[in-house]
Amino acid sequence: MPSDSAWAGVVLAALRKHDVRLAVYVPDKVLIPLIDGVHADPFFTAFTATREEEGVGICAGAWMGGLRSILMMQTSGFGNVPNALASLAVAYQIPVVMLVSERGSLGEVNVGQVWSSRVVAPVCDALGIPHQTIERLEDLAFVVDRSIVQAHATQTPVVLVLSPLLTGGKVFAA
Amino acid sequence: MTATLSRIELMRGLVGMLRDEAVVAGIGNTNFDLYAAGHRSQNFYMLGSMGLAFPIALGVALAQPRRRVIGIEGDGSLLMNLGCLATIAMVAPANLTLVVMDNGVYEITGGQPTASAQRCDFVEVARATGIAHSAWAQDTSDFVRLVQAALERTGPSLIGARIERGPAIAQPPRDPAQIRDRFMQAMGSRKGFGA
Repeated sequence: MPSDSAWAGVVLAALRKHDVRLAVYVPDKVLIPLIDGVHADPFFTAFTATREEEGVGICAGAWMGGLRSILMMQTSGFGNVPNALASLAVAYQIPVVMLVSERGSLGEVNVGQVWSSRVVAPVCDALGIPHQTIERLEDLAFVVDRSIVQAHATQTPVVLVLSPLLTGGKVFAA
Repeated sequence: MTATLSRIELMRGLVGMLRDEAVVAGIGNTNFDLYAAGHRSQNFYMLGSMGLAFPIALGVALAQPRRRVIGIEGDGSLLMNLGCLATIAMVAPANLTLVVMDNGVYEITGGQPTASAQRCDFVEVARATGIAHSAWAQDTSDFVRLVQAALERTGPSLIGARIERGPAIAQPPRDPAQIRDRFMQAMGSRKGFGA
């Protein structure tokens, strides 16, 4: 079980490698090492969106203007984005790269998170959006690297779900 | 309460003062009017994603800090995503101007009243989020003057216009790939195939 945030360093390295300079997020506790990482490095412009679909709009506009971005959220927040993905990112062929922290599994105590997390895969499948759930640190660099490449080359959004098996997930008091 | 203004006159006034500015216009009559006022390749027309004109414009503004960017949104659309004003105030892009076309109804779905028909004042909302340069246009020439001042200012501005009701006189082709590609070529972020 991972106990450190080595995964966040791997993601940050991939973002820098691919010149992904804009980081927009709706906060999530598991994503803290990554959020702290983008704020700590002046390479990135990083800020919160009030809702996840607002972030889809910001990232879509940025890419059309020539600036690559990453949009971070948790699985419940992904439930806010289907219309923005369908009618903006998919319809206009815009590569919005989404990093989604998985709640709702492997020890979740909040039943509201359990149900909302289950919409991610069916929504992606319905919209033809490639999605990967990453469980192992040894897979992370390859999956993030190749997903960023493919999203931009094919002008398709991509959803990368970070499993608690990778991040440790949210830890609840016993 | 300001006078009710002609939508197409306002939009013609705005388009008439533009050079290479990017303009992102929201779904429905907002982008129909932008197109009807005279197509420019620097225009981005939305076909969905209601409420995201200002976020898209913010993204373009961040990507192209040397270009002026204008977002145009209707009252119903902005009500769906008022939080974006707080985000824009927080990020404070130097080069972003926001225009709200407020006719107090959801025009395209049959004229149901919006919350701004009675109480909600978008200029006051924008000021409260931190967009200090926010004002209602009193008439068409005042609108043009406010937009011009906004385009010369460092920092975000919001201009509200209380507009008439009614259908648009023209609509852009509903071809999102073409809209996006032409816009990107105009932004210089995409090369075409050549002649």
